[in-house]
Amino acid sequence: MKKTIITVVGNDTVGIIAKVCTYLAENNVNILDISQTIVQGYFNMMMITDTSASEKDAATISKDLSEIGDKIGVVIRCQHEDIFNVMHRI
Amino acid sequence: MLNIFEVNETNKMIEQENLDVRTITMGISLLDCIDSDLETMNQKIYDKITTKAKDLVATGDKIATEFGIPVVNKRVSVTPIALVGGVACHSTEDFVSVAKTLDKAAKTIGVNFIGGYSALVSKGMTPAEELLIRSIPQALAVTERVCSSVNVGSTKTGINMDAVKLMGEIVLETAEASKDQDSLGCAKLVVFCNAPDDNPFMAGAFHGVTEADCIINVGVSGPGVVKTALEAVRGADFQTLCEMIKRTAFKVTRVGQLVAQEASKRLGVPFGIVDLSLAPTPAIGDSVAEILEEIGLERVGAPGTTAALALLNDQVKKGGVMAAQAVGGLSGAFIPVSEDQGMIDAVNLGALTLEKLEAMTCVCSVGLDMIAIPGDTKATTIAGIIADESAIGMINQKTTAVRVIPVIGKGVGETVEFGGLLGYAPIMPVNQFSCDAFVERGGRIPAPIHSFKN
Repeated sequence: MKKTIITVVGNDTVGIIAKVCTYLAENNVNILDISQTIVQGYFNMMMITDTSASEKDAATISKDLSEIGDKIGVVIRCQHEDIFNVMHRI
Repeated sequence: MLNIFEVNETNKMIEQENLDVRTITMGISLLDCIDSDLETMNQKIYDKITTKAKDLVATGDKIATEFGIPVVNKRVSVTPIALVGGVACHSTEDFVSVAKTLDKAAKTIGVNFIGGYSALVSKGMTPAEELLIRSIPQALAVTERVCSSVNVGSTKTGINMDAVKLMGEIVLETAEASKDQDSLGCAKLVVFCNAPDDNPFMAGAFHGVTEADCIINVGVSGPGVVKTALEAVRGADFQTLCEMIKRTAFKVTRVGQLVAQEASKRLGVPFGIVDLSLAPTPAIGDSVAEILEEIGLERVGAPGTTAALALLNDQVKKGGVMAAQAVGGLSGAFIPVSEDQGMIDAVNLGALTLEKLEAMTCVCSVGLDMIAIPGDTKATTIAGIIADESAIGMINQKTTAVRVIPVIGKGVGETVEFGGLLGYAPIMPVNQFSCDAFVERGGRIPAPIHSFKN
């Protein structure tokens, strides 16, 4: 399973999670875990997702989500989980 | 499972503290391109580079997108051209044609630098090596992306003082040949002692003859990450400080190792080494000088600087070595002047001098790097500077290097602008007393006593 970490950071507004989740559902990306917090007044969400069933590759999903983020005024990043695993897990 | 704080920590390093992979460098052996006919050899070189590295840039960019980590440079290093071109090249012009071939290949595959226009002459020079060295000024003036290096000494062989003297002249000629660009040619020329075979960083990268046919080496960076981490331990004792540097270097290097493995897997090229370097850029918050200041110096260059740099360099290695499968290259803290805003500020304030920089090179990862000096500096004086650096490297069994830029037509107090990653630099004064008689002796300084370990 290819896990991808999606993070959303920005000013809190209505429908952020809905927009991201709609995109993920449309593209057959399964959400395994969601956590959300407010850091220094900013909306901060992390999703652990499984993109292996999606027809789109990681780079395309990353680009699409980034564009969705631009539209609603938040920064959405989509990264392979390994960059975090290597740094925080031995 | 990963938590949001860990993810945020990593992304903060990337977004706010300039964590990046500085370079993926593909080392390519050109030994199988050797031919007695110059044109045939050039064609073979072009074909081999453009075949082996055709996907390098695209793969680097794809890895960057998928992992969300910038891969700033994609580069190629090749076998020292003095060895490759020895049979076919009978004049400096012949060697320059090889430089043009490298430049063309670099442009075709889209890499911003290609290293290996080099000669390894630590004990003696063959006629071909001398020809290549003499062709450097022209080669660097007529090409854009070619980088050159010459190894003039080693702990095992001593210092080739004939080569040192020649390099003093060549550095000056290179400056003259590119004087309309503020002597930029010299930014692409490094004179080494104990040059490593697997260095991924320019301008000194070449693919040593001890290496396999094709290899992937990766250089990590992240001075800003170390600086920010150290803000949390202000006033704490040295053990705490060192522990923090080690932990941070470990995290940074793990990312480098991941990118190296991915690049190796996707390109079908064996992984070579990770170079654990703190490589600054002129960007704010991407400075080695700022780390030294965070350790407790008012300005880099103040008393204590050499000790601070020594501990930084050592802890970076200790942390990094545990995080990587294999380490190599230069590994440590770079202290270029023009590429580090903190260094530039310290020079402008009078805190940092050439002599202090020389002391710092005893404990940093390389040597006197990207230092602008007056254009009227004598060739023998430059040779003297090279000899001093080489002596430090030879005796301390470490890599040292000189990349000074005598800026033709400019003097102390003026500034030179190189642009991009090369930055800008105030022109630093050089000791005006002569070393002519020393340099003119010729010959070679024998290897030191501690080189005899057999």
